[in-house]
Amino acid sequence: MAIKDYIRQRYFPQMWCPGCGHGTILNSLLRAVDELGLDKNSIVMTSGIGCSARISGYVDFHSLHTLHGRALAFATGVKLSKPELQLLVPMGDGDALAIGGNHFIHAARRNIDITAIVMNNRIYGMTGGQYSPLSGPGKKATTAPYTTIDNEFDVVNLSIAAGASFVARSTTYHVLECIDILKKAISHKGFAVVEILSQCPTHYGRKNKEGDAIQMLEVQKKTTAKLGSKALEDDPTLIPRGIFVDIDAPEYCQEYDKIVESAMKSANSSNSSSSNENRISLTTKSCVTQGE
Amino acid sequence: MSNNIRFVQGNEACVEGALYAGVDFFAGYPITPSTEIAEILSKKLPEKGGKFIQMEDEIASMCAIIGASLTGHKVMTATSGPGFSLKQEALGYACMAEIPCVIANVQRGGPSTGNPTHVSQGDIYQARWGTHGDHSIIALTASNHQDVFSVTVDAFNLAETYRTPVILLFDEVVGHMREKLVVPEKGEFPIVDRLRTSVKKGVDYHPYLPREDGRLPMSDFGGEHRYNVTGLFHDMWGFPSNNPRVVRDLLHHLIDKIENNVHAITRYKEHYLEGAEYILISYGSSARSAIHLAKNRRERGEKVGVLELQSIWPFPEGLVREKCANAKAVIVVEMNMGQVMKEVKACVDNPSKVFLANRIDNKLITPTNIKTLLRMIQGRGV
Repeated sequence: MAIKDYIRQRYFPQMWCPGCGHGTILNSLLRAVDELGLDKNSIVMTSGIGCSARISGYVDFHSLHTLHGRALAFATGVKLSKPELQLLVPMGDGDALAIGGNHFIHAARRNIDITAIVMNNRIYGMTGGQYSPLSGPGKKATTAPYTTIDNEFDVVNLSIAAGASFVARSTTYHVLECIDILKKAISHKGFAVVEILSQCPTHYGRKNKEGDAIQMLEVQKKTTAKLGSKALEDDPTLIPRGIFVDIDAPEYCQEYDKIVESAMKSANSSNSSSSNENRISLTTKSCVTQGE
Repeated sequence: MSNNIRFVQGNEACVEGALYAGVDFFAGYPITPSTEIAEILSKKLPEKGGKFIQMEDEIASMCAIIGASLTGHKVMTATSGPGFSLKQEALGYACMAEIPCVIANVQRGGPSTGNPTHVSQGDIYQARWGTHGDHSIIALTASNHQDVFSVTVDAFNLAETYRTPVILLFDEVVGHMREKLVVPEKGEFPIVDRLRTSVKKGVDYHPYLPREDGRLPMSDFGGEHRYNVTGLFHDMWGFPSNNPRVVRDLLHHLIDKIENNVHAITRYKEHYLEGAEYILISYGSSARSAIHLAKNRRERGEKVGVLELQSIWPFPEGLVREKCANAKAVIVVEMNMGQVMKEVKACVDNPSKVFLANRIDNKLITPTNIKTLLRMIQGRGV
């Protein structure tokens, strides 16, 4: 299918600023879906709040534009209640790792089959350029007029530590690599994290004198290097790109299906016994003297 | 038949009602005094092929049930004070995006951590106005386990009928007390199932265009109709809009669909109300003490009756005004600083005859507590 068959043209033009990297990510994502030949009815895109979150309105999938930081919590409900659906969850850096940081690590810990895409432009764009937990120290933002002192999360290391079974990083400069990684992430059975470095020329670029969109893309090219490359070996300060983790691990919904199977089996085997029912009600713990 | 008679906690009666109504997805977080609802459902849901998940916090629990409702499931969560506070933003989302779900709030003392293991009814206004912005809400309550069961079934039915979150405002005494419950046979209580669209594949489906009767047929995520769901003001396709007319019409719709149906949503019980000169208005566990006192006074020839509210929101103004029209005095019996009393004062013909019998010290209000006030009002001394 053509890419336009995956978008809701009724809602175009989109609302991102000229030069924003988010449109490139949308394009990469749709090409990945197209190349995988996925049925549009099987995809639910869940997003939070922010520039990145508006992506869900533009795609012709089931789309759920939720609350700031909570996209993965909503997605967990959608996925567990109907595991045959494919969950794509694009999030901004503040959305995913500030207000949504707890949901992020817990979704990774469960290894629930969701593709989380962190569209990292290192700034809160929608509200006008405040620093995020991915800005890092020494950056300028409207809430850091004297530069930031906060350290940033390393999304890749955080995701690995939290238990994600697929972890990758790319940039909006490396579009073909991005499509390839997204295809692998979507096909992966388990919690997949793809961090995509994106550019915000309107706020981050202007405040931090990184220039226009083209110059910011040049920065992405120059400051990153492929995993295992000679460039990375020569200069370890470069940001590594590629797939860091891709392992088979028990997936949450599949594990819960096993619980359902055994619960149904034991319920059926004791179905005729009314004493079992009574036993449950009488042994249910009462918690009247302690607890928070 | 004997299998249907149970001796249970109120929280378990709530679970039985939810299962009877067809709940098949629960997400929650442990919190006293509601935890038993999660514990029992974690066992019972997978037995019937349903899903239970303990989320990382109260916010995530509320979000997860909304997500699961969109795939076509009947969903609920259960919580108490601090957890109910955390759920407010997502509760507003469910109002705005019109997603059926049930939230049980087994009330404990507050504010803040308050008193986890003791009774209070302090969340009446929070249920109404806890989330930001204008909206309407349905909140039900009950004073005994048979009614806990039936209002829980009602909560699921109303959530589907009006495409809205419904709050069950129980309290610690009702939640933890044990008494008899007779679980009705299948078919005894009507069950409202999800109203799904009849719009065929390939035909433009408008998820947010109400039918003539005000209802909005849904389409499950994963089905043939792909549409947008958002917490922003949105048009009939569910796409964000800041068109003043769209904004105004949507807000009116969210409020009217509930406020215009107060008569259909109102649930109440009358106890010794015939010809009552002194009317006690109460709900939840405090209603038990009010009923006890009324029975006791009637036996002595005093005309005291109880109007027990089982739906708090939308507030049944017409009902309260009518029932109290000929009363010498109305005493609102509740365990807060007069939250329902303020609503009663606002709707009766003579607010100066409305009094508050309350207790806010963790303890269940007693018939004697109420009698003390009644005696003063009657001018008969304490």
